[in-house]
Amino acid sequence: MELYDGPLDIKEIFCRWLDEEAHSNYGAYIPFVGTIRAEDDIEALSFDIYEPVLREWFDTWQEKAKALGASVKMAHSQGDVPIHTSSYISAVFSPKRRVALELIDAFVEDFKANAPIWKYDVKNGERIYAADRSTPMYGSGLLA
Amino acid sequence: MIKVEFLGPIDKMPIEMEASTLADVSAKLKEDSTLIQWLDKCAVALNDTMVNDLNTSLKDGDRVSILPPVCGG
Repeated sequence: MELYDGPLDIKEIFCRWLDEEAHSNYGAYIPFVGTIRAEDDIEALSFDIYEPVLREWFDTWQEKAKALGASVKMAHSQGDVPIHTSSYISAVFSPKRRVALELIDAFVEDFKANAPIWKYDVKNGERIYAADRSTPMYGSGLLA
Repeated sequence: MIKVEFLGPIDKMPIEMEASTLADVSAKLKEDSTLIQWLDKCAVALNDTMVNDLNTSLKDGDRVSILPPVCGG
């Protein structure tokens, strides 16, 4: 798992991951890239990450992938990421396509629901928490 | 004494308190009116491991993290 300040260099990450697994005998490589769209007059999105829990979440997914003979990778931005640049890339490598297709779907959906990352719209230089697009993590409400 | 920290958009400094279970933490946080809007939608980690049981016991020096709704990607 890789974290970067600001936008990701998607081409570098994509190609490096491809090279890293070039001799691993995987038949399928499925990446998912998240790019900041221009909408609602935002200049950028901005992200806070709680790394210790994110690493534990990611390690659990690595174990799930390993049990299927596959491997997952991800990179994410911290801080401001301007529109039309990318804040997220994840990928699944697996021997055959079906496992990779199903795993990338499950991995990205759980990422959206349970990875400890907080998103803010940036407008006129101000960070505004994206409350209406955010999802309570598994187990939320315990202390209520 | 344990420490409670508030992550992401919750604009609040960490606080220290006496608590022997997460239920004690819940009772004390509910006394804080600035947290009412957050508690029903926040998850909890104890020393960076997610927890889901109010009876979880706490010991001196433990760190409880309050995690509001997320949106990565």
